[in-house]
Amino acid sequence: MKANILMRSLLATLLLLLLATVHAALAGPAIQHWTTENGLRVYFVPADELPMIDIRVTFAAGSARDGAQPGVAALTSRMLTQGAGGLSADQIAQAFEDVGASIGTGALRDMSWLSLRSLSDPTYLEPALEAFTHVLWQPDFPQADFVRSQNQTLLGIKAAEASPGKIASKAFYKALYGDHPYATPIQGTKASVEALTTDDLKAFHQRYFVARNGVLAITGNLSRSDAEKLAERLSSGLKKGEPAPATPKVPALKEAKEIRIPFPSRQAHVYMGQPGIERGNPDYYPLYLGNHILGGGGFTSRLVKEVRSKRGYVYSIYSYFLLMAAQGPYQIAMQTRGSQVDDAIKVSRETLKQFITDGADNEEIIASKKNITGSFPLRIASNGDIVEYLAVIGFYKLPLDYLDTFTQHIEAVTAEQITDAFKRHVHPDQMVTVIVGGDKE
Amino acid sequence: MQRIITLLAMLCIVFTTGAQAAGEVREYMLENGMKVLVKPDHRAPVAVSQVWYKVGSSAEHNGITGISHVLEHMMFKGTKSYPAGRFSAIIAANGGEENAFTGRDYTAYYQFMGSDRLETAFELEADRMRNLLLPEDEFQKERQVVREERFMRTEDKPEALTYERFNAVAYLNTPYRNPVIGWDEDLKALTVDDLRAWYETYYAPNNATLVVVGDVDPDAIFGLAKKYFGKLKPSKPPVDKPRGEPEQRGERRLRIHAPAKVPYVLIGYQVPSLKTAEEDWEPYALDVLAGILDGGSSARLTSELIRKQEIAASASAGYNLTAKYQTLFMLDANPTEKHSIEEVEQALYQQVEKLRSELASDAEMARVKAQVIASKVYELDSVRQLANQMGALETIGLGWQLMDQYPEKIKAVTAEQVRKVAQKYLIEKHRTVAVLVPEDVGNGKQTAEKEVSDEG
Repeated sequence: MKANILMRSLLATLLLLLLATVHAALAGPAIQHWTTENGLRVYFVPADELPMIDIRVTFAAGSARDGAQPGVAALTSRMLTQGAGGLSADQIAQAFEDVGASIGTGALRDMSWLSLRSLSDPTYLEPALEAFTHVLWQPDFPQADFVRSQNQTLLGIKAAEASPGKIASKAFYKALYGDHPYATPIQGTKASVEALTTDDLKAFHQRYFVARNGVLAITGNLSRSDAEKLAERLSSGLKKGEPAPATPKVPALKEAKEIRIPFPSRQAHVYMGQPGIERGNPDYYPLYLGNHILGGGGFTSRLVKEVRSKRGYVYSIYSYFLLMAAQGPYQIAMQTRGSQVDDAIKVSRETLKQFITDGADNEEIIASKKNITGSFPLRIASNGDIVEYLAVIGFYKLPLDYLDTFTQHIEAVTAEQITDAFKRHVHPDQMVTVIVGGDKE
Repeated sequence: MQRIITLLAMLCIVFTTGAQAAGEVREYMLENGMKVLVKPDHRAPVAVSQVWYKVGSSAEHNGITGISHVLEHMMFKGTKSYPAGRFSAIIAANGGEENAFTGRDYTAYYQFMGSDRLETAFELEADRMRNLLLPEDEFQKERQVVREERFMRTEDKPEALTYERFNAVAYLNTPYRNPVIGWDEDLKALTVDDLRAWYETYYAPNNATLVVVGDVDPDAIFGLAKKYFGKLKPSKPPVDKPRGEPEQRGERRLRIHAPAKVPYVLIGYQVPSLKTAEEDWEPYALDVLAGILDGGSSARLTSELIRKQEIAASASAGYNLTAKYQTLFMLDANPTEKHSIEEVEQALYQQVEKLRSELASDAEMARVKAQVIASKVYELDSVRQLANQMGALETIGLGWQLMDQYPEKIKAVTAEQVRKVAQKYLIEKHRTVAVLVPEDVGNGKQTAEKEVSDEG
């Protein structure tokens, strides 16, 4: 909120939030869906206004599949562009950049993804697609590139030890998820990453980067028949394989816990929360609307009003349900100078408890409904937005009319449903609170 | 190679098509001196509306640093007609997304909404352009919020802190020596009277530009702008002083000790921007040079320093040719575990030396240009990105038209010109170097874990 002072990387966070806040609907784009011959599910929206194409391939191959090898999904993802189909990392990079195309890869807890943006004219699209298929089908995992990527990951893990926010987030996930696969950091730990080999990555890739475990999202300047050809082509080099098994359910926390970790910073970073709900949970709409009022709606939300506007404790405070295959976290996050962190936490907890006890006012409900439904068209205004939604809808097998019906679902929510859903799902007396740093104040 | 050359030719056609989807920019002027820029894009029923003020941290002097940004926060704290919080509540109820940002050379406010809701945004923006209340109690709280923002963005982030201190050494006279968010000592001493004076000087129609991009009819937008902004009285903002930088007489170095795990080096060379350049082509040549070093994963810093030599874990180059005043060509890097900060610094200089002594290859030149040109197509996908470009170029005084001329200017740059600017500007006595020296952060071990009692 307020002020882009340094233009440095919020990208990772933004992506997470995008995935977390798939909402929408008045009338979404007409989504076309089919499955390729070897089982890759395809989601397509034509958009011929601009001479460009966006592609996103998603596999159920996130860190939740790491098993005994935390970090294997992330390192596999990182290695995809570092040598494939006999091309070196340099050659791959040049192939895309020669035609002004860009490729992206990444891993989250549930998924690993590859994205491609290219001009749609075949003269430029064709070389980009050619390179993309190598990366998608045949990463080579060359040993020298592996060692370099492994070292980069290890340095990233080390650097995170100097970030109070990242220390807090890591401790938060560990406390919430215990033995569940969501507990470990996506990048892995120093010991687990040091133990990885190219054979581990190859095995992981073989198992999970397969057609029946994937989703292909396409939007841009191409016809349905061209999209079908493109989908067949991209899936043709993938093995059919098997879908990944369901992610296990997350047990509820039994008691409240407060974790303090010292750090020589001015601000303490605070994460409060618990496991929330999974994708497709029937209580999603009342919880989404309720949380918009509590801490998801920016300047008009109760947490911002109480903790920032009224008291000046924080620059940023928000709450959200991160929707994942299993119960993603429900979390409230903020940063405030160490000397006032206890007061800020107290106000946040009271705000949360009061919301659960008393529920939302009618005025708040009307205002939040107006904001959510009125802002729906903003969320699907660009090809870049649409391809992300397609990927999420496909990955989590949401109904094809998910976007179309979203606003109707929100409009239908009542005050009682919000209170009822919050009482059943949100438990302040069983929450984890992680507080890192603030020692300089 | 053939392919890339055709790409450059082909994009002229692409642009004609793209322009039809996006529409041409229309420019209007209100009688009170407020400029209005409108670019239609009918792909979705949305529009972004922005008001840009020609004021940012580069207008500030010592003692009141950060005032432009604090005023930006206070713009949400109410007018007589719409008390604190009302602005945000009304925009939210209209399904809008709103915020503001402050930079070195501008302050801007935006609403992203359904295109049929813009009248509400205009009414509210026009109101707060001249009628801000600036209540003392709201200011006292908001100052604390801004200080928290400063701690979060700068003081607890070792590389951001290094960048802040680096600027204060690299610039002697140019106002970019002060951070946009202000020095903490200045923030603590600001008063409401300071803010009021700043507001009255700079917040007026003749010091502002309205930018609208989206599903709109330009003439109708101009009509609405006239209705709400047309009645506002102009002010007399001061004429900008040149605030030029004296010639640097030798390398400057500084070390920043802060809690960190990985060392970091930041290097800046004194270079002109488009506004200050004597030769118009030089900033474009510097821009291409930045692309040769850091235009993607195939560019030299990644392919040479990260992949081949494995001396840097990360490395980047940056140049903002649209700065209002003289600026810096920046290089930065973190070393890998096996190499020292000194080694990575020397490796960056080797790349500079190569640019000074050898011509960039045809393939590199073509690749940089292809990326610039393709990205002009991709930009059309985001109305907000387009509006940001138009607003920034206009506010800095370069004119929005540069957005369309930019690809041609880049295409015209030769490898000889790139080598020339490297030889002329990337020289030792014109550089400043900052090194982040990591200090202990503790062991990261938990010290306390307790069950929370009910009153917690």
